[in-house]
Amino acid sequence: MDANMEKEYIAKRVAKELKDGDVVNLGIGLPTMVANYIPEGIEITLQSENGFLGMGPATAKGEEDPYLVNAGGAHVTINPGGVFFDSAESFLIIRGGHVDTTVLGALEVDEKGNLANWMVPGKMVPGMGGAMDLVTGAKKVIVAMNHTAKGSHKILKECTLPLTAVNAVDLIVTEMGVMEVTKEGLVLTEINPEFTVEQVQTATGATLTVSENLKAIEV
Amino acid sequence: MNKLITVEEAADMIHDGMSIMFGGFLGVRNPFKLVDAIIDKGVKDITLIANDTSFSEVGIGKLIVNKQVKKVIASHIGTNKETGNQMNAGEMEVELVPQGTLAERIRAAGAGLGGVLTPTGLGTVVAEGKDVVEVDGKQFLLEKPLKADVALIVGAKVDTKGNIRYKKSTRNFNPIMATAANLVIVEADEIVEAGELDPDDIMTPGIFVDYIVLGGDK
Repeated sequence: MDANMEKEYIAKRVAKELKDGDVVNLGIGLPTMVANYIPEGIEITLQSENGFLGMGPATAKGEEDPYLVNAGGAHVTINPGGVFFDSAESFLIIRGGHVDTTVLGALEVDEKGNLANWMVPGKMVPGMGGAMDLVTGAKKVIVAMNHTAKGSHKILKECTLPLTAVNAVDLIVTEMGVMEVTKEGLVLTEINPEFTVEQVQTATGATLTVSENLKAIEV
Repeated sequence: MNKLITVEEAADMIHDGMSIMFGGFLGVRNPFKLVDAIIDKGVKDITLIANDTSFSEVGIGKLIVNKQVKKVIASHIGTNKETGNQMNAGEMEVELVPQGTLAERIRAAGAGLGGVLTPTGLGTVVAEGKDVVEVDGKQFLLEKPLKADVALIVGAKVDTKGNIRYKKSTRNFNPIMATAANLVIVEADEIVEAGELDPDDIMTPGIFVDYIVLGGDK
């Protein structure tokens, strides 16, 4: 798989986690792609931190509405039945547990579900935006990312970068596998058939428990 | 009471060292005319409170590039490289606040609350130096209210009493900022007579608004 195919594969697998009626917030980049693969018969409502529900696809070139952007500043549309609100209500929705699932990327994630995705000291300090609120408030937190950063571990025993939140992540989906965060650590529940369990373990900086019901990822 | 003033009259009320809240999100509908007036006047040492610092060429981003800002309180600065440069060079202080906490701190100030308790930021650098309060066995961070000298906000349709209707995703921080500053000036895309807005459609009551300036489609 090339880089784009990997992203597509991850996004397709994450999409299968979503249930009919879910309110979902998707981070920028790979997580945004999840919206392209929502299974048939499943209707979800996308939330945008800057203040609306019912986010639709990106705007066609030349049809951008200066009053309508998503949380990444990109011009998007709003679906029928969508609704606008202010930042306080938007984060009431996020922090009050009214978002069912949030999907976001990570620089590091560890076996306790700790997440680091907002800064690299001395290098990159863009700010946390709404990420800390989302991973603290959403009912389910899914990390969608490449398993390693060009070979170096991103899934660790303990995060080394400044945290976004503690014990926040529920599920990690990569091009190699699907891992659940449990009290006993990371459980590999699904695997990309192109890889062996040993390969996945080698690419992981924490010990994986292999589920008794380990399945091949279907996308 | 006549609330309509010119952009120049608004700029006369804004002085060096003031804390100023700016509505807008990633440069989408910052109060562009008021920002330009602050640039023209050369107001210095501003404490800038906003969701982000926009882009270097757009809206409040230009205040950073122009070195008119002493301190930034925002949730995100990644789209304006100059903010990071000045922060790293020690020329400007930056306080990064989770977006929801920023909203709630402003709302708390406007609502007369002593602060808010939130789990956001627990166990992270955001918690450093802050009180942790336990309520019914759960831990929360105490986040204090955030007020400003001035709030410069934007409205799509504003009546002469200062009642505001926003449009689409441009509501963002504007309604809460309107409640949390000593002086509130709204830059309106369109100004209408009182009574022309349906009271059911008004999103910010005019009592929060001191002055109105006419913006435009800039």
